[in-house]
Amino acid sequence: MSAQVLTYLFVGASFALYVGIAIWSRSSSTKEFYVAGGHVNPVANGAATAADWMSAASFLSMAGIIAFEGADGARYLMGWTGGYVLLALLLAPYLRKFSKFTVPDFVGDRYYSQTARLVAVVCVIFISFTYVAGQMRGVGIVFSRFLEVDINTGVIIGMGIVFFYAVLGGMKGITYTQVAQYCVLIFAYLVPAIYISIALTGNPLPMFGLGSTLADGSGVYLLDKLDGLTTELGMAAFTSGNKSTIDMLFITAALMAGTAGLPHVIVRFFTVPKVRDARISAGYALVFIALLYTTAPAVAAFARMNIINNVDGMTYEDAPSWFSKWEDSGLIAWRDKNKDGVVQYRGGNALAPAKPVFTGERGRSGERILGNSDSTSENELYIDRDIIVLAHPEIAQLPNWVIALVAAGGLAAALSTAAGLLLVISSAVSHDLMKKTFKPGITERQELLLARISAAVAIGIAGLFGIYPPGFVAEVVAFAFGLAAASFFPVLLLGIFYKRMNKEAAISGMITGLVFTFAYIAYFKFVSPADNNPDHWWFGISPEGIGTLGMLANFVVSLIVCRLTPPPPAEVQALGENIRVPH
Amino acid sequence: MSEKNNQAYWHANLRLMLLLLVIWFSVSFLAGIIFVDFLNQFHLYGYKLGFWFSQQGAIYFFVLLIFFYAWRMNALDKKFGVEEE
Repeated sequence: MSAQVLTYLFVGASFALYVGIAIWSRSSSTKEFYVAGGHVNPVANGAATAADWMSAASFLSMAGIIAFEGADGARYLMGWTGGYVLLALLLAPYLRKFSKFTVPDFVGDRYYSQTARLVAVVCVIFISFTYVAGQMRGVGIVFSRFLEVDINTGVIIGMGIVFFYAVLGGMKGITYTQVAQYCVLIFAYLVPAIYISIALTGNPLPMFGLGSTLADGSGVYLLDKLDGLTTELGMAAFTSGNKSTIDMLFITAALMAGTAGLPHVIVRFFTVPKVRDARISAGYALVFIALLYTTAPAVAAFARMNIINNVDGMTYEDAPSWFSKWEDSGLIAWRDKNKDGVVQYRGGNALAPAKPVFTGERGRSGERILGNSDSTSENELYIDRDIIVLAHPEIAQLPNWVIALVAAGGLAAALSTAAGLLLVISSAVSHDLMKKTFKPGITERQELLLARISAAVAIGIAGLFGIYPPGFVAEVVAFAFGLAAASFFPVLLLGIFYKRMNKEAAISGMITGLVFTFAYIAYFKFVSPADNNPDHWWFGISPEGIGTLGMLANFVVSLIVCRLTPPPPAEVQALGENIRVPH
Repeated sequence: MSEKNNQAYWHANLRLMLLLLVIWFSVSFLAGIIFVDFLNQFHLYGYKLGFWFSQQGAIYFFVLLIFFYAWRMNALDKKFGVEEE
């Protein structure tokens, strides 16, 4: 069967499974809608957290980034996993003991302040929408490339599926669908990786294959060979980094604290029955995540190796079909600089500006003509990083069913994350904004209806982001993590560990962290993008890593303001005492 | 349970947490970033050691840290009689 028929089959079967689970796990109360009734098994919650957490970025983009950046990719690997240690040790058990529905709930009650709750609601909504836009886009890309439907149709189908199980099932529906989605996505990620690991190194486990010798009998280690190839072609050696140490430190710290402060991750720990389940559940979540995250660098190195071996020196006219298909989607481009009809893959950008602009005409060898100028480099090839995971099975000539599986896995990753985020948005509106702030008198039935309506509206808005992607999706992801690190993480941490912490300190700290981080990122991304380089950054910290500095500013301001203002009321101090013990 | 008992439980918790966070910091920020070049002169099979910590090892340690914490905390809960029913 052709890859396309198989893709329809796999995607169709996985969607039918999600819908089936949604029907089986409908929610009938607000507690079920917000936190799945609070009795999710910790292993199931771990799998759901992993699917919730691993987005289109983890599944589709991360290995691609590592493939081209080599050692610098470690900031994502450590940043997006190390946050779980902070979560398990510092936040999850205490927030579970507090036992409410949302993150603004904790902020509002612990800081006895509606203002603090509202600031938290605004942060939650902003962070979650930023994040969800990227997911719907990922859905669109997978659909357009593998099912050859229009990107917009793809987004609408994706919205329809999420609508069905998020609106019907709430957190309960989402949790059990995410468990299924985790199984689909991890299987889809590991199968091609194992295939390729065996082909290149003879070792079936990609995480060990990466450290093994090549299977060609040369006895050379794969990473040494790759370092040699990259250096030979005028690129940076794969295992050496380009980023400064201080920037790596700050970015990694921002991603860790951001992970621990992301509301859609925290809320997953409200769904388990006990405090001790919250602790162990974070461990299961990280095991499930680590399975993909320790495989990703192997996929990255294998892909880089296969691209160099298969593409460099290839005659364009003999190019395999994946090459021209991705060229048709505009994600690969080739300019025959020396007019020899052969693809030269070298260091540096091939084009200026780096992203290809197609004129609509075809060149001598049949390639798409580009409107860009030549760069100074001899490199002739542009490859979009986001296609590595999707294209690699084809590059490595794996069977069609593996290619179809990867498409289903990419969709599972994007849909599971989108659903988790949409639920957080809907509960922030129906619970924190309506029930707790503007309309305290509504009944549970009304609140539940409101939650469903706001979930539906949020899905509509997310879909619009997918169809009309704002040009700044990639840029704003830095916002989501930076803002979570600079706003929520310090407020939650101090709220748990510092009983004297009061509302004045929390509000001024959150605002300091938010405004500082927002201003720094906005300045370099939108106001003055030309200055976005290490010469102009403060202390050499890029916008990606500035959340760490914002977080430190938040801590300093909080601790100073706290000293100068009255302590919190006795019942809040008692609450602070109470969350420290499990029973 | 008495306030004194809860205090002792909390301090035992903080000590354990601090120890684990020191390890967390060492395997990621120290071994994976600050001393990565120094460690890269050693090898673990085909991996340079610093590269291994930053792309593989740190993640394995993170998993172990969380399970160790959960296991020790369950024991502390029992020892101080604060476990859930």
